[in-house]
Amino acid sequence: MAVLVIADHDGAHLRDTTLKTLTAAGALSGDIDVLVYGEGVSAVAQQAASAAGVRKVLTAESPELKADIAEAVSALIVSLADTYEAIAIPATASGKNFAPRVAAQLDVSLISDVIAVESADTFTRPIYAGNALETVKTADAQKVLTVRPTAFKAVAADGGSASVAAVAVPATTLKTRFVSEEKVTSDRPELGAAKVVVSGGRALGSAEEFTAVLEPLADKLGAAIGASRAAVDAGYAPNDYQVGQTGKVVAPELYIAIGISGAIQHLAGMKDSKVIVAINKDPEAPIFQIADYGLVADYKTAVPELMKALG
Amino acid sequence: MKIVVPVKRVLDFNVKVRVKSDESGVDLSNVKMAMNPFDEIAVEEAVRLKEKGVATEIVAVSIGVAQAEAVLRTALAMGADRALLIQTDQDVEPLGVAKLLKAVADEEKPDLILMGKQAIDGDNNATGQSLSTLLDWPQATFASKLEVSGSELLVTREVDGGLQTLGVSLPAVVTTDLRLNEPRYASLPNIMKAKKKPLETKAATDYGVDIAPRLSVVRVSEPPKRSAGVRVESAEALVAGLKSAGVL
Repeated sequence: MAVLVIADHDGAHLRDTTLKTLTAAGALSGDIDVLVYGEGVSAVAQQAASAAGVRKVLTAESPELKADIAEAVSALIVSLADTYEAIAIPATASGKNFAPRVAAQLDVSLISDVIAVESADTFTRPIYAGNALETVKTADAQKVLTVRPTAFKAVAADGGSASVAAVAVPATTLKTRFVSEEKVTSDRPELGAAKVVVSGGRALGSAEEFTAVLEPLADKLGAAIGASRAAVDAGYAPNDYQVGQTGKVVAPELYIAIGISGAIQHLAGMKDSKVIVAINKDPEAPIFQIADYGLVADYKTAVPELMKALG
Repeated sequence: MKIVVPVKRVLDFNVKVRVKSDESGVDLSNVKMAMNPFDEIAVEEAVRLKEKGVATEIVAVSIGVAQAEAVLRTALAMGADRALLIQTDQDVEPLGVAKLLKAVADEEKPDLILMGKQAIDGDNNATGQSLSTLLDWPQATFASKLEVSGSELLVTREVDGGLQTLGVSLPAVVTTDLRLNEPRYASLPNIMKAKKKPLETKAATDYGVDIAPRLSVVRVSEPPKRSAGVRVESAEALVAGLKSAGVL
């Protein structure tokens, strides 16, 4: 039984999410192939070939695949699915977009957001924003899983020497057209992979304040910047910053929540962080119930003091 | 344009989730149930399209127990024209829901199916994409903006790294994200009017599709609890603590 892992990458680099999904796949089988799709993916394919435990890397290139059009990606994966007993996909916004299509075309029930592999057919996943964990056993012979990367350690990025081969892209008549994209560019680490995350909430009051308070602190700590839903809704931060049930799920070594009250939906996205710091002037804020270090203070004074204390 | 909006009855998002002591599931007895918040956003968007003169008819559909009629009445009070309850006492997985909704789409022939990107109980985020693929209609998930441009729908989507805009031909399946709109509260007169709007009930078995579950629940357990740590008095004490914890 072999497993096909779908690579998550930015066109130049294989993301950590892929290495973590490989760990989940390794719990199912020793025969793991990786599919890298996009355009100009040879560098990424080489990185995938070097990852520990990979048997074979498949590449597929087309403009539609580069634009990550779900119809094109799912048709490609389905065309390769025959020889695999399981298909493991990182549970990113991209993966969540096409994974259910693959499952539906194969007539199997998708198992989403897997956080633990109990056996070849039994998996654990969070439900109700992580307020309960559900362990399910599937009766489907073929499995399609999305894997929550933060729940798994990454396999070694080197040591492997898998072969790389291009596969045919199936012809599809798309009824979907790529129009445009607006990507947030930043020199900071990616939110999902950062060791330190500094996150701001609605208390920051404006987009200018959000930037003025969080950026210097994030720069000092080499941190990624996150935000609560309230801060994103209010327009203080771009949607890509949102940490929570429906945004990104993060589990850094250190998560610093500034002016975030700690709604259940937010906690769902960060409560697996190793160390949580909360800075909030409201001593009753729910975030303090899960914080390892709580500082009851106005961020306006606390953040400059923290900058100073960090030296 | 005719719009079908599937809506799900779930545990109200304000209610604390309690896992049953026998680990068989989440306790849903005697707790407040409500429409899945993402589906409310879908109903709102459909109603706005009707108010703009783009949509002509909105049909709300729910699959579930008899009490799911309440969420359909909410959709009617928000502005849907009629409702369909596909009754079953069984938990239907997203794949089964997609198959039932495909059967509904085959009958109703809508131009657009507008639905929440995920239900806040199972958090699967799978039904819309599955339905799109079964119907072979284009999909645009996680929509934060929706514009009709001739025969095309321009959908701005929340994706990794920012926003993407897709153009999809109709008919299409669109799933809604949080920032698409802020759903209205139904007014009392509209709640009264909704009681008189047509609501048809069918049995899931009437559709002759396979909705047998593929997954069996082994157990549902409480997540590991995180407890509150220490309160520090100053930024210096915080930094000292983080250094001793080895994260700085």
